[in-house]
Amino acid sequence: MAEHQVTRDETAAAATTGLRGVAADWASDQRTFKDVSWGKAMMWIFLVSDTFIFGIFLLSYMTARISTTEPWPDTGEIFALTFFGQEIPMILIAIMTFVLISSSGTMAMAVNYGYRRDRAKTALLLLITALFGAAFVGMQAFEWAKLIEDGVRPWGNPFGAAQFGSSFFMITGFHGAHVSIGVLFLLIIARKVWRGDFDHGRPGFFTSKKGKYETVEILGLYWHFVDLVWVFIFAFFYLL
Amino acid sequence: MAHSPYDEIETVPPAEVAEEELYHPHSFITRWVFCQDAKVIAIQYAITAMAIGLFALVLSWLMRLQLGFPEQFAFIDPPDYLQLITMHGMIMVIYFLTALLLGGFGNYLIPLMLGARDMVFPYINMLSFWFFFLAVLVLMASMFVPGGATGAGWTLYPPQSILAGTPGSEGGIILMLVSLILFIAGITMGGLNYVVTVLQGRARGMTLMRMPLTIWGIFVASILALFAFPALFVAGVMLLFDMLLGTSFFMPSLVSFGQQMDYDGGSPLLFQHLFWFFGHPEVYIVALPAFGIVSELISVHARKNIFGFRMMVWAIVAIGVLSFVVWAHHMYVSGMNPVFGYFFATTTLIIAIPTAIKVYNWVLTLWRGDIHFTVPMLFAIGFIVTFLNGGISGLFLGNVAVAVPLSDTMFVVAHFHMVMGLAPVLVIFGAIYHWYPLITGRMLDDTIGKTHFWITFLGGYAIFLPLHYLGLMGVPRRYFELQVAQMEFIPQSVETLNAFVTVTALVVGAAQFLFFFNLAWSYFKGKPAGQNPWGATTLEWQTPEVPPSHGNWGSERPVVYRWAYDYSVPGVEQDFIPQNLPPDRLAGDMGRDSPEGRGA
Repeated sequence: MAEHQVTRDETAAAATTGLRGVAADWASDQRTFKDVSWGKAMMWIFLVSDTFIFGIFLLSYMTARISTTEPWPDTGEIFALTFFGQEIPMILIAIMTFVLISSSGTMAMAVNYGYRRDRAKTALLLLITALFGAAFVGMQAFEWAKLIEDGVRPWGNPFGAAQFGSSFFMITGFHGAHVSIGVLFLLIIARKVWRGDFDHGRPGFFTSKKGKYETVEILGLYWHFVDLVWVFIFAFFYLL
Repeated sequence: MAHSPYDEIETVPPAEVAEEELYHPHSFITRWVFCQDAKVIAIQYAITAMAIGLFALVLSWLMRLQLGFPEQFAFIDPPDYLQLITMHGMIMVIYFLTALLLGGFGNYLIPLMLGARDMVFPYINMLSFWFFFLAVLVLMASMFVPGGATGAGWTLYPPQSILAGTPGSEGGIILMLVSLILFIAGITMGGLNYVVTVLQGRARGMTLMRMPLTIWGIFVASILALFAFPALFVAGVMLLFDMLLGTSFFMPSLVSFGQQMDYDGGSPLLFQHLFWFFGHPEVYIVALPAFGIVSELISVHARKNIFGFRMMVWAIVAIGVLSFVVWAHHMYVSGMNPVFGYFFATTTLIIAIPTAIKVYNWVLTLWRGDIHFTVPMLFAIGFIVTFLNGGISGLFLGNVAVAVPLSDTMFVVAHFHMVMGLAPVLVIFGAIYHWYPLITGRMLDDTIGKTHFWITFLGGYAIFLPLHYLGLMGVPRRYFELQVAQMEFIPQSVETLNAFVTVTALVVGAAQFLFFFNLAWSYFKGKPAGQNPWGATTLEWQTPEVPPSHGNWGSERPVVYRWAYDYSVPGVEQDFIPQNLPPDRLAGDMGRDSPEGRGA
């Protein structure tokens, strides 16, 4: 889809206001969301659906935490690391969160340079974003390994309620899978940008649709979503 | 001329979106197997869904044989019976109805009725079908693992669904959950396509308020699917972990076969909440497309505009929204806080309002219409009656005080088979009789069709009405065998009635082969349909070729000038005005400037 000029009847738009106006706008000709491409619309709706998945995961974790009879382990203690003989709570999670949120910054810059048709910078920033993402997944793997070493398992742990381990592995695992898939796509798109696919509208290998720089932005939507979800997981699982 | 949103437009707006780039198949495989054309995907979905639906029908025969003639059929033992009800329920609700209505009718009708060339993402659409197909294969495979398919009941309630002693707890339940997860992946890809196509891919002039009600129904149902299936997905994943990893999300501390299990502290009620947060919208995922299609059939075959179009649209939207806040009415006997029951009973009764609006509007559309008793029309009227019946017993079950004694009796079975079994199936038949000429270019045979209708309609009532009575007598559901001698509250006559229902079910089930014979025979020998045999206004009948070819519209996409229900407009020669007919080409004495112009 080329970026077509959208013509709107200004007088008609002014005629209906309030709720009626909203309904009339949404029901308007050809497209409900003007200036929103198909791909972007699909990503937004997918993300809403995915929000339901993460939301239900978190709600289930909260329910399990309330319903279990055993005491809940102290997350501050479990997620502490010892540096130079000093125990610092949450230090790894803090670094992970910092890395992931930074990656959102580089992603946003990649989108910007993409629309400026700056091939080299876009590809580089996508690669840096992928690197941050991979670092996040790596640190997560380290955290898993440490917890497993401490005896935390999906079916039980020495610190308290068994649901702690179950929820931890399930929720961070599901989020980590999202990040990993994101990293994979970042690499694919970085390659496409570098090769100039989006400058020449080269058709996709599977979809045979012409490539365009908007893909970078759509991937960005996904990436920011994954970051945002992490903020909630961080707040509800680690901090509480 | 009064201005309503479905009035004719004066000027044609410029196209906002460029032409879609379509993938053009080069080989047999890309044309018919891994095909990206929504119409072929629709047929693939429909054939797969109907095949597995037929299989589930056979399962229901076996169940009925056991219920009607206990101890006569030695090859059905109690575990088998539990597996039969589980597979029958799961297949019919998810793999047959959901897949056929969204994947089948959605794929075929959305692009055509909106004047689009295809779905917005044909490749993802193709993936959607293959995920569904894979899910069906895994489901079938679950019957051949040691221990057989799961017998946990279609609701799969833990703890029993994964404990030893329940049939299929060795492997069947695992494959069932994997199959469901695959299905959800497929339906999510499909649903995204349907929703985005409706929102962003319409033809010029096709505002949302000019969309046919069929598309409204499928559209809102797809949104429900995108928001409801996540709950089933999460519940499935957690149940799988409880089963495979020994986590305790849903499993409380319990003793099984005299042994203390390792589970501790989980909440079985959580699964029920998650399951029904999916399960109730699921009812409307099936019902809303059926509502839409039936509106279409009634309007076309009564040659009359749909009564209260705006109300019909808002009723669909309202039902969609309300369907997310009624789920716990399936859990009145699960041990919830009684205040919850009060809340959920209220919301359940509120949802009857938009539903009643729809029923009134269908009846008022028929009122003084030029009713043609074609086969699709017969099925549509059959649906209204059946849906009303099932809906009213739903009001019984929505009230806590009535639902508690009726829970787990045949009354519940009767209710949901009326409202979710017979009713949507009648619509599906009606829709196939209606759109078969478009899909194949030939009419289905009328005589076979009418015979099929009367056997299905009357036979369906003969099967499901007695079940209400059995339920009121206290006959429990899911029992392998009624030991009437030990159940003093159940009269002996119940056995006779059960035998009657079984015989009827066998006959009605066998009569469905008439329908499949009709499909096959008419494909080769049916009367050629020509363009638009029903005289319908909607776009799918206005394609340059019938059946429509890849890309649907030849060189130019249609332009829509009016709403979808201009039937029997006074002063116009033809008794219908296609949506894409330019106003200056209208034949008849109703010029555009005539004082008694329509649309008041």
